[in-house]
Amino acid sequence: MPKWITQVGCPYCGSSCDDIECLVSDDGKKILETRNACVIGNEIFHHVSSPDRPKRPRMRQPDGSMKEVTYDEAVDYTAKALIKAKKPLIYGFGSTNCEGMSAVARVAERAGAVLDNCASICHGPSFLAIFDNGYPSCTLGEVKNRADVVLFWGCNPMHAHPRHTSRYSIFPRGFFTTKGQMQRTIISIDPRETDTAKLADYHFMLNQGHDYELFDAFRTVLRGHDIPAEVAGCKREMILEAAEKMKNARFVMIFFGMGCTHTDGRNHNVDIAISLTRDLNTHTKASIMAMRGHYNIAGPGQVWSWQFGFPYCIDLSKGTRAHMNPGETSSVDLAMRDEVDCFVNVGTDAGAHWPIAAIKHVKKHPVITVDPNICMASEIADLHVPVRVVGVEEPGVVYRMDNVPIQFKKVIDGPEGVPSDEEFFDKVYTRMCELTQTEPIWVHVKEHAKASSSLEH
Amino acid sequence: MAEILIKNGFVIDPSRKINGDVMDVAIKDDKIVEKVGSGAKVIDAKGKVVMAGAVDVHAHVAGPKVNAGRLMRPEDKLFKSPDAQEHYRMEMGFSIPSTFKTGYDYARMGYAFVMEAAMPPLHSPHVHEEIHDTPIIDEAALPVFANNWFVMEYLKNNEIDNAAAYVAWIIAATKGYGIKLVNPGGTAAWAWGLNCLGINDPVPFYDITPAEIITGLIKTNEYLGLPHSVHIHQNSLGDPGNYTVTLDSLKLAEGVKARNKFGRDSVMHSTHIQFHSYGGDSWANFESKAKEVMEYVNTQKNITVDLGCVTLDETTTMTADGPFEHHLNNLNHLKWANVDVELETAAGVVPYVYDKNIKVCGIQWAIGLELGLYAKDPMRTFITTDHPNAGPFIRYPRIIKWLMSQKAREATLDTFKYKDKVIDATNIHGMDRELTLYEVAQMTRTGPAKALGLSHMYGGLSAGLDANVGVFDLNVKNMPSDPEMIEKALLRASWFIKSGQIVVKDGEITGHGNKRTVWVNAKVKANPQVTRDINEKFLKNYTVGIGNYPVWDALAPNPLVIDIDAEA
Repeated sequence: MPKWITQVGCPYCGSSCDDIECLVSDDGKKILETRNACVIGNEIFHHVSSPDRPKRPRMRQPDGSMKEVTYDEAVDYTAKALIKAKKPLIYGFGSTNCEGMSAVARVAERAGAVLDNCASICHGPSFLAIFDNGYPSCTLGEVKNRADVVLFWGCNPMHAHPRHTSRYSIFPRGFFTTKGQMQRTIISIDPRETDTAKLADYHFMLNQGHDYELFDAFRTVLRGHDIPAEVAGCKREMILEAAEKMKNARFVMIFFGMGCTHTDGRNHNVDIAISLTRDLNTHTKASIMAMRGHYNIAGPGQVWSWQFGFPYCIDLSKGTRAHMNPGETSSVDLAMRDEVDCFVNVGTDAGAHWPIAAIKHVKKHPVITVDPNICMASEIADLHVPVRVVGVEEPGVVYRMDNVPIQFKKVIDGPEGVPSDEEFFDKVYTRMCELTQTEPIWVHVKEHAKASSSLEH
Repeated sequence: MAEILIKNGFVIDPSRKINGDVMDVAIKDDKIVEKVGSGAKVIDAKGKVVMAGAVDVHAHVAGPKVNAGRLMRPEDKLFKSPDAQEHYRMEMGFSIPSTFKTGYDYARMGYAFVMEAAMPPLHSPHVHEEIHDTPIIDEAALPVFANNWFVMEYLKNNEIDNAAAYVAWIIAATKGYGIKLVNPGGTAAWAWGLNCLGINDPVPFYDITPAEIITGLIKTNEYLGLPHSVHIHQNSLGDPGNYTVTLDSLKLAEGVKARNKFGRDSVMHSTHIQFHSYGGDSWANFESKAKEVMEYVNTQKNITVDLGCVTLDETTTMTADGPFEHHLNNLNHLKWANVDVELETAAGVVPYVYDKNIKVCGIQWAIGLELGLYAKDPMRTFITTDHPNAGPFIRYPRIIKWLMSQKAREATLDTFKYKDKVIDATNIHGMDRELTLYEVAQMTRTGPAKALGLSHMYGGLSAGLDANVGVFDLNVKNMPSDPEMIEKALLRASWFIKSGQIVVKDGEITGHGNKRTVWVNAKVKANPQVTRDINEKFLKNYTVGIGNYPVWDALAPNPLVIDIDAEA
């Protein structure tokens, strides 16, 4: 009999839903059906069983074609490429678990690499603002149970985080929000009439790139000063009305997305959003949260902060200390300056997301993609290493957009012989140590972990 | 691992009342033994002090708020991180060091065990991820309870058995150690932007007072017979005049007897009491009430305290006392992080500079030390900095230097811009008590081990205890006249043996040890109402499934589980 596995984590967006149910075939190898997932999540669970999925590493041949190689060869190639490179860049991590991130961090430290994650091209400006201004935030359950005014600034969860609004932010009936949506005032700030904007009680269709001015107008009003008749294309009366709503709310929640971080102002937009949150806390309770994109893109920010003290753009090439300076040590900037002589893409698709010019630069040197799927990064790579899909075939800790750790379970067995990110990079680490005739550092923590995980999973 | 013999050191072991006798300490595998064979590795400790591995009763070293501090403060790394040691991981950060640096630095100071002082249950997998990335030292973590919806509900109705069943479930699910209270009721109020500053202020919505939460959790703790007492951060932290609130809440322990099988006598551990011993009613007339607080503590045998000494550094404050951090941020206007945690707790993080040129900082510095000097029972008074709140843990040797040397205290006092005002508001000037190394060993080893119910493993050098032994370059028969030498010797052990492995030699790390995660598994009889309540709250109010909530065994890969049967 096929059986239902419940409370499964979904390896798609930053909502990191953990209430998915999967019907698994008798042999434990295939997911037949899912419940609760959004269309995209559902697709991920079914996609793992796709016959087209690569199950062995492929290496680029002199004639440009790709040829299957063994995992041992892939490990050896990766280890040698990292050792040879003066400044390798290891980038990605939106879609893997923290165990994998930790394993890669060890490799990066040994290789003297630059370690960076997708935040670099996504919520990187938010980090800059957090460095300057802090981050008064909360967990998503607080939003569900308490928030009665919710702002979506430059984000469109109805498309990007499909179940966010039903699980956390607009519809759910929480402890102090028993009427659900009826009890919440929704404010959307977006130059486009998105599907989220259509749900909102107030839609500020501001002039594109004028976010800072509108934030500033809200702060000005909240501090009791007057504003012009129109700010950023929005009418004064509407701003006053919305500000009054916020001031009189019991709990204001501000969600912000790429519309803040990747429009004019960037980190300054987020900075003033944080300041607005701080101001609101003198009137009532207010919180702010970045709409992180992937189910575990908050993960590298956490793992590397406790290992190196920085969430992203970590230059380990000095060997003695980690160094972070976005602009100098951020992936795209490094690539554009042609400073990188080996590129490892893990659990993301730099091929699709980066500027073509940056990809052209890294392509001059060895490019390795470690990802379960065929993607643009895998197709331009010199080596593509498929791995198990976290959350489906591989358990692990992931950090939701609110930095809550969620233990994602394994639902089915991965394809035979295909390693996890963690296993692959642990082998790369061991191989690097063999090749350089150095001792691996602190190995028995791994041995303990393996011993107890064999009991657990 | 094999046999080690530490020969001819001045042994200080308050657990056996040994004070500087020249003795040998023998180690076989991971335990201390009576004697070893002639093949044992010999460490010559002649002219040096030999003490048990130290025990830190309260530090914020792992978890979401510690990491929020690391993430938001790149400047804490800049020019403040040492070069990596070859064969070891990089060591980044000062007030909130990376997990690797945390483990290495504690080991360099001869610490064997550290208690992470506040674990939000929802974030417990994070806490354990950091703990297992922290080398060498054994660690445990205290889940926070005093603002938890279940706890407030049960205690309001005086249902101690239900509170106990819930607490036992959480401690096991989070692989935690005991019961931590932070600003009882006040943090729950903070979810609406409010606070409870006195122990009789009602908690908004919950119809319970901080006093009832404290009393109820003390009862719950003794009902379960946990190894540690309740561990409390009182209401009104950091406010001028708060010492009355402190005394009010300490009095709630009067007459309560400890019930446990771990040799613990205390029923309340009052943490970082420096922050709670303030007089005056504004920053203008802010003054020390260390004497008043400590005189009370001295008379109450069932209370333990730790100091929370200010070290005069730039540091990072972090606490589950969310409203306090908001308040602090309104004072210093630096950056502010906050995390309210659904149904459970909150936390805040604000950088802070304890500046010698600021009067209040000088007074805070004095209060921490006065508390240590007024303490009559070093077995109940422990040295901490509430790391990193009053200063980073690497300043423990500096605190000890100040406590052991009036000369050192006066020298620091002389550097204050408002020295006279600090002297007026405190008693530190002219206090001539100088603690002995024996008292320091009580305050950093034997005492905290006992308060945590861990005397069977840590805090002494008797045969059968864990082989955690530090050797320090101090001659007790001829202590250095320069107090700086005390700090220097204690900051970098000559040798440190952790669980039978040599992990430090000449102040440098030589191994990654065999770190363990200590947690308590308290069994209570099945309680259908609590099970129902838990299921209901997870279904309706949490955003994480109950099946994904308990911490996996794999996250605490080298566990040391203390089993308790509360019904026995």
